[in-house]
Parts: sequence; structure tokens; C-alpha cells
Amino acid sequence: MKVESNLKRVLDAGHFSVTAECGPPRGADPDVVRKKAAYVKDNVDACNVTDNQTSVVRMSSLAGCLLIKELGIDPLIQMVVRDRNRIALQSDLLGASALGVRNLLCLSGDHQKFGDDPQAKNVFDIDSMQLIHLAKTMRDEGVFPSGDKLQGAPDFYIGCAVNPFADPFEIRVPRLKLKMEAGADFVQTQCIYNMEKFKTYMEGAKQQGLHEKIKILAGVTPLKSAGMAKFMRRMVAGMDIPDEVVNRIADEPKEKQAAKGIEMCIEQIQELKEMEGIAGIHVMAIEWEEKLNEIIGGAGLLPRPVID
Amino acid sequence: MLPCTGRIDEALLLKAFENGADGVMVVGCLEGDCHYVNGNIRARARVKRVYGILEKINIGPDRVRMYNLSAGEGSKFAAYSNEFVEQILELGPSPINVARGATGQVTSQEEAA
Amino acid sequence: MITGTPKPIEEILEMIEPYDDIIVAGCHGCVTVCRVGGEKEVQVLASTLRLAREASGRKIEIKEVSLERQCDPEYVETMRPYVEDHQAVLSIACGAGIQFLAEKFTATPLLPGINTGFLGVTERQGEWAERCQGCGDCVLHLTGGICPVTRCAKSLFHGPCGGSVRGICEVDKEVKCGWQLIIDRLVALDQMENYGKLKPYKGWNSARDGGPRRIIREDMI
Repeated sequence: MKVESNLKRVLDAGHFSVTAECGPPRGADPDVVRKKAAYVKDNVDACNVTDNQTSVVRMSSLAGCLLIKELGIDPLIQMVVRDRNRIALQSDLLGASALGVRNLLCLSGDHQKFGDDPQAKNVFDIDSMQLIHLAKTMRDEGVFPSGDKLQGAPDFYIGCAVNPFADPFEIRVPRLKLKMEAGADFVQTQCIYNMEKFKTYMEGAKQQGLHEKIKILAGVTPLKSAGMAKFMRRMVAGMDIPDEVVNRIADEPKEKQAAKGIEMCIEQIQELKEMEGIAGIHVMAIEWEEKLNEIIGGAGLLPRPVID
Repeated sequence: MLPCTGRIDEALLLKAFENGADGVMVVGCLEGDCHYVNGNIRARARVKRVYGILEKINIGPDRVRMYNLSAGEGSKFAAYSNEFVEQILELGPSPINVARGATGQVTSQEEAA
Repeated sequence: MITGTPKPIEEILEMIEPYDDIIVAGCHGCVTVCRVGGEKEVQVLASTLRLAREASGRKIEIKEVSLERQCDPEYVETMRPYVEDHQAVLSIACGAGIQFLAEKFTATPLLPGINTGFLGVTERQGEWAERCQGCGDCVLHLTGGICPVTRCAKSLFHGPCGGSVRGICEVDKEVKCGWQLIIDRLVALDQMENYGKLKPYKGWNSARDGGPRRIIREDMI
């Protein structure tokens, strides 16, 4: 029987979906993944497994996907074009599909300069836009880009990422449209803190009817402390955290900042839930997976729908 | 004879050391007073690059120095010259002259103005 | 032009350690313009090496030459009469020039005196920046005259990525985001329709990835 993406089924059934992410460990210990997955399970419709994020070497995304799949979570494989040429990308797409991974997120990948191997050679044979196109061609046409027929087409619910806050702002919506046209079924956004700017972005997307053609999952990250907010604002490229957000958490005494961060995240999810064109949320609780249940439950999004 | 310190380049300064100089004193016009607009400024940059080279090959950057003077400052010129010679005597012969078996005197002085 | 930077003098001294009589060879082409391998640099390097070697107690003989171009056979051949009178050639031309000498003068070791950089321009005196990677399939007419392969740190064909902030690339605060430059230029030229199209996967076979390249112009042979 054909296995389908759980995330796709939930979205197709018209539910507000929830995804989260799970960063694989800096080592071969599978229990690290299993422990994180236990916090994720039953709180999400699918879970991203990151691909050497910030160019720091970690257990492979595919291995992480299989580990969480064993525990009954619908895995979402992140794939960056930084480390693999089109030969390796195609091969990994086939392998991931064969092993039952049904969700894919196509990314460029942070430059290797940020990781622990800044002297590595980067690949960028095709870019993330073209990876979307590649996956769609293989899935829908059953052929390699070379034109040769596949012995079994890979089956993916194809996703992309956008950063509504990066520059230049005016091409952010055209870029989403381009990704949609390349073949993306859904999009997960960079963490949103600047809701006003995000609304402007969504207005632009809605004007072009993009929200009806691509499922938009709004990204959120709960802040653990005012220090984390300031650090992210300073260190992460394209991270837009307005002063009022930082001040709101900074005004709390240190020991209450984490609780405040969760409260703010829940409020934000509730606001996003009411926005037209938002099909779901993507909760990136960075090294804070144990709070997923509290956040997602707090936002009134539990239990997750089960679709047969 | 050089028409201007602007004609000084790194190769000339190094050549002086190859020819046995223990120190090289470059005397240019006052900054802003160059007859060729900025010859003395260019010379200063080149002298600086030579500091770097001499330092890397252990001859020492202190063996070359640039001074700026006007033609009417004879006594200052004498004072600068004495000061520089004093400095070079203190440093002793350049490693090149040591290798060539020099006796420890300043063997030559090259000047440019 | 092809740019380059001098190798550290200590590294060169180590390279020439076995020799007592070498040629230092410059080139009047690109490396003269970017002040790393012309006639002047030959004089300075030769003097520096002689001084360093003599100070260390082991003199070295150095013949100084500068060819019109080290990448053209007729100029390279002018060295042939005397090359074998010396133990090695230290070339401060670009990598192409050094290799051309090496393949013409097979009995003599060739040593690189510079690190060859990139195909670039002089932005101001003393500052050069990369502009072309010689990928063999130019798309500048579609990208406002700004190369995505060279100017984007990830060589993206559909940039900018999320790491572009206020026109600056995430890789280095001194590096402008190539895609911001492309977009600004497309907007100024009213050519933004070029942005909204999915571009075909680049054929890197015309770049270095296809193996060492060769251009044959039958009409000129």
C-alpha cells in the first residue's frame, strides 16, 4: 500500500498543522534522537530532521528521519545543496523515499564558514530552487533530470523555506512564488518575531493568491531568555526581533523569563492561527524540545488529528 | 643623483644594503612641499615597506629611516645625520657585513634627497 | 586581470634552500599591473633573497629576468639559452606562467613565488576584487552584468539566500550580497522579469568541473 505523508493528509483535510524540528546529535548515539523524538511524538504532524545545520557536522538527516520514524513520527527530511552535487542529491532522494520518508524540505544550507570545517569545499551544484524542481520532476514525471526513466518514482510532499525578513524585502514574495512554481507544496518560514512585517509579507502573498497554491507554515521559536533574544538578533543573519519583543521578556526577572517566552510563543501561535492564509505552524524549539507539549497544547492544538 | 625621493623604491634601498650599507637614511622635502606633488609621500610608503622586508629577513627595520627637511635646514640635517649614524653605530654592522667579515665600522652611508 | 599575492618570504627561502644559483623570473602582464610579479618585484625579491641568504652565511647567485608574458611561447623561449646554467627558476608570474615555464624547461625545477588569486579588477590602488570564475557559460545579460557564480558566496542562480542582510553577505561583513547587487541593477534597468524565471541547472562541465579546458579556434590555426 502506498504510504502518504501524514503532514499532507492533515493539511489536505483542512486542519491547522503543526511541525517541529529535531536536530540530530554531534555523534553516533541514536538515543539522543530517540529522547528528543519522545518529546515531539503526538505533538506534531511531521517532524523536520535538520541537515548539518549551520554547517556543524551532525548525524545525517536521513538516519535521524529513520530513527524518529521507528517511533511513529512522520519524518521530514531537510536536504541542503551545500554538501552534495546533483548526483548525490538524486541518490539520497531515492534512498529516503525507499525508506519511507515522505516529506522533504529543500534548502541552500548555511555557508560552511559557520561550521567546524570552514576549509571545506562547498558544492552548490544546483540551488534550493532547482532542488525543488528536481524532486518534483522525479516525483511527477518519473524521470531523472537527464530524461532517463526511474525504476519507481520517489514520493515526497515537497517543501521549501523562506525568510520573510531577509533583504531585499521586495523580492521576498516573488521568491515564494518562484519556489511554488518550481514545485513546492508547502513552505516553512524562518522564525517570526516581527508580526507586523510578517503581515505585510502575507498581504503580498495573498494578493497573488499564493496562500491557495502553497501551504504556508509559520515558523516560531520560543525565547528562553532575553539574552537568547539579543544573541539571535545579533548573530543570526536575517533574524528580525523587534525591541518590544526583547523588552517584554527582558522586563521579567531572570527566573521567569523562560515561562514568559513560552507564554509569548503561545500567544503568537494563536494570532497566527487566526490569520488568513496560514495553514499551520512550524515550532523550532531549539534544544528545548521538552517544552513542545506545553506550547502546542497551550495553543489549543492538541490532540493532533489522526487521518486514516 | 636622484631628482626627488619619489624616485626611491624598495629595490634601491635594498641594493644599498647589498652594497654594504649598515644603514640607509632617506631625506625628503617637507611633506606638502614636494616639487613633484607627492614624491616624498610615496617615498615614505616605500620606506615603510622596506622596514617590513628588513624585519622579515632579520636585518632589522631600524637600519632605514626617512627624514623630512627643507633645503634651508642645514643644521637640522647635520643633527639628524648624527642621530642616525649614532643609531647605526649602536646597532653595529649589518648581518650582511658581519657575514662578509666586516670589522664593525659603518662602511658606507647612502643618502638621497 | 589575474591577481595574486606574494608568498611569505620565509616560505620562499625554504623553497630555495637547496640552491645556490637561481633565476627570479617576472612577467610584464597581469602580475605587473597588480604589483606582485613585475620587473620591480623581481628586483625587490632578488635583493631580499640575496640579503637573507648572505646574512645566513650562504650566498646565492640570482639572475633577474622579466618576460613580456610567461604564458606565450615566443617570450618563454627567450629564456632557453641560459635556463640550464642555473639550478632552479623562481617565477612570480601567475600559476599559468609558472607552469608554462615548467613544461618548456623540463630539466629545471620551477618554484612559485606568488599565490595566484583570481580574475579580478582594481577597485582602488592596492585593492583588487574577484569578478569572474571563467565558468565558460556567461549569463551576465540576464543578471544585470553582475555574476551570480562569482559574486554570490553560494553561486546561487536564484538568490539571495536568507543570509543577505542590508546588502551584506552572511559570509563576511565586507562582502556585498551579489544577489542584492543583481536585483538593484535589474530594478534600475527595468529588467526584473529576468528574476522571476526558473533557470536551468547550470552545466558545470564548461567550468573546471569538466576537466582541464582548451579553446581551439580553427579560424586562427
